[in-house]
Amino acid sequence: MTNAIFTGLMLGGMYALIAMGLTLQYGVARIMNLSYGEFLVAASFASYWLFTGWALNPLLGLAIVVPIGFGVSIILYRVLLTPLVRRAPTRDALEVDSLLATFGMMFIVQGIMLTMFGGAYFSYSFLSIPVTVFGETLALNRLIAFGLAVVFGLALYLALTRTRFGTAIRAVAVDPTAARLVAIDVTSVSAFAFALGGAMVAAAGVLVSMFLTFSASSGVIFTMKALMVVVMGGVGNLLGCLVAGLALGLSESLVATFVDPGLTLAVNFALFLGVLLVKPAGLFGRAQR
Amino acid sequence: MLWEENMVSSVTRLAAGLAAIAGVASLSAVEPVLAQSSVKIGYALSRTGPNAGGAAVTTLPNYEMWVKEVNAAGGLKLGDKRVPIEVVQYDDRSSAEEAAKALDRLITQDKVDFILPPWGTGLNLAVGPILNKAGYPHLASTAVTDRAPELAKRWPNSFWLLGTSAGASNTLVELLVKLRGEGKIGDTVAMVSVADGFGIDLSAAARPALAKANFKLAYDKTYPVGTQDLSPMVNEAKALNPDVFIAFSYPPDTLGLTEQARIAGFNPKIFYTGVGTAFPLYKSKFGANTEGVMGIGGWSGDSAAIKDYLARHKAASANGAEPDRWASAVTYASLQMLQQAIERVGKIDREAVIKDLQTGTFDTVIGKVKLENNLPTKHWWVGQWQGGEFYGVGPASNEGARAPVVPKPAWKAP
Repeated sequence: MTNAIFTGLMLGGMYALIAMGLTLQYGVARIMNLSYGEFLVAASFASYWLFTGWALNPLLGLAIVVPIGFGVSIILYRVLLTPLVRRAPTRDALEVDSLLATFGMMFIVQGIMLTMFGGAYFSYSFLSIPVTVFGETLALNRLIAFGLAVVFGLALYLALTRTRFGTAIRAVAVDPTAARLVAIDVTSVSAFAFALGGAMVAAAGVLVSMFLTFSASSGVIFTMKALMVVVMGGVGNLLGCLVAGLALGLSESLVATFVDPGLTLAVNFALFLGVLLVKPAGLFGRAQR
Repeated sequence: MLWEENMVSSVTRLAAGLAAIAGVASLSAVEPVLAQSSVKIGYALSRTGPNAGGAAVTTLPNYEMWVKEVNAAGGLKLGDKRVPIEVVQYDDRSSAEEAAKALDRLITQDKVDFILPPWGTGLNLAVGPILNKAGYPHLASTAVTDRAPELAKRWPNSFWLLGTSAGASNTLVELLVKLRGEGKIGDTVAMVSVADGFGIDLSAAARPALAKANFKLAYDKTYPVGTQDLSPMVNEAKALNPDVFIAFSYPPDTLGLTEQARIAGFNPKIFYTGVGTAFPLYKSKFGANTEGVMGIGGWSGDSAAIKDYLARHKAASANGAEPDRWASAVTYASLQMLQQAIERVGKIDREAVIKDLQTGTFDTVIGKVKLENNLPTKHWWVGQWQGGEFYGVGPASNEGARAPVVPKPAWKAP
């Protein structure tokens, strides 16, 4: 039982980690980034390359990959997405436009990875050492990823709720028109939120690469999982992201242990549907007026 | 690589075009008979999508290496002269419709002389009717299906070189029976399988075979494709303390299960995993911990032909990639068979080439191959990592079969 709960918590933490970047990008900047998973895999490849080519510890690699993720995202937002933001008459229109633009971007990023690394599977071993926690054996790399997911989640949460700039970000997420009225530069804040999401996805990619096997084509799995967590938790809500991720992870591991591993997907989707039926805007989402 | 070939082919096409114009211009055409200047070989492979990982390891490097080697020798020998190979290739995006479209295009528009098959069971089944209708030989070297004998009968142009899932499961169970008879293992088996074509077929064939051999199947679960944490299954299996652990898994799960088993200290006497165990990636990730792990596939690692093939593959591919130890050698052997059939026929006559493939004997990296009813008579089904090489251990009757190392040694710290 304890083992199933630990496994579920770690899996859930990973889901939350994967989804945090998307909730920022989608919730605040209103960019429905379909190439999200590709960016995650790109970060995994970067980590792989640093680890195998330069013998650089992935945890140190974070210090390189995360700022790059931030930088690339801000350039992307300024160059590719700002014209769409300017042109879109409403936020809903922006969602549709960004959906199409990032769908195209997905193929570009995937193509770049394919030419650089080929289509084969990649995996490396880092800190896959058993550690004993409360009498249960867990993998150290997963435990570290979980710990960092919690740290990143808390740091982001505190930054968003306790700082002035964080409040501005939340204001844009709630109502961009009203935010403009109180002298918030909505475009800059959106760009920053999008880039922050890019940094988060880079961090997730690096951490996940320590224990998952990935290939240039595996991005879509991460996009789907992240989307599910984001929608379930309430778009733009970090706490919702964490709760939804943990709920999915826990349900998956409990069902795999006590019922049947074949039903994990079914339970995931049942939970997802159940939440949406009761709370259409997600666990922590506010209903649209 | 993709562009190089495209460039070469477009350059040759341009050259051919210019030559044709020159020929027309100088109206005094002395030789009106156009000699074949190249043999056009086409293929559509999964460069993107879920199949890309398999195709990039097993299929593409072999196709590229074979073409390179043949052209370096001057080309295919048609009659008394050598004709270079020209490649036309597409991406089937891992989709059956795209593969069908690409093949139609290769046949009707590019008018290629021969077609090399796509990667994987699903796509080979999907393109079977097209190749049959157009009369192209179809050397399926990466498809495992129980319908192989039936398909070979229905489509006489098709050759199913990798065997049937019943063959895979039965060989494994035979090996287990033998080891139990020698007193090396007990009765308890834990089995997990991926809920997708490969896992469903092999576990369905293994269940009755295990029951018939009086093995106790203590744990038998399936899991969805893309499951990211397999530790609940490993922990459950470990709690039952089985002698044998069988996983009919896909590459990411194969790696995940092995890693998890090592972390949980789950070390049954026989640890068997599915697709991916034979990949070079498996060796590079687990190193010394591969020792004693069994998996699907295997090859005669001691044979000179295989050693030579391994060396050539490493030299030919970018960053010295090794082939996988299952379908790679079979894929390369299928190309050797095609080449030998074409050269024996001596001209582009697809019907005669199919006939030769059905009846001839071929000298390949996997030994002498003579097909019966379009199927090979022996396969490697169970391999085991021994001293950094994945040797075939089952069927034990195969030439070059090594004795399995049982029980599997304990996992080491990485």
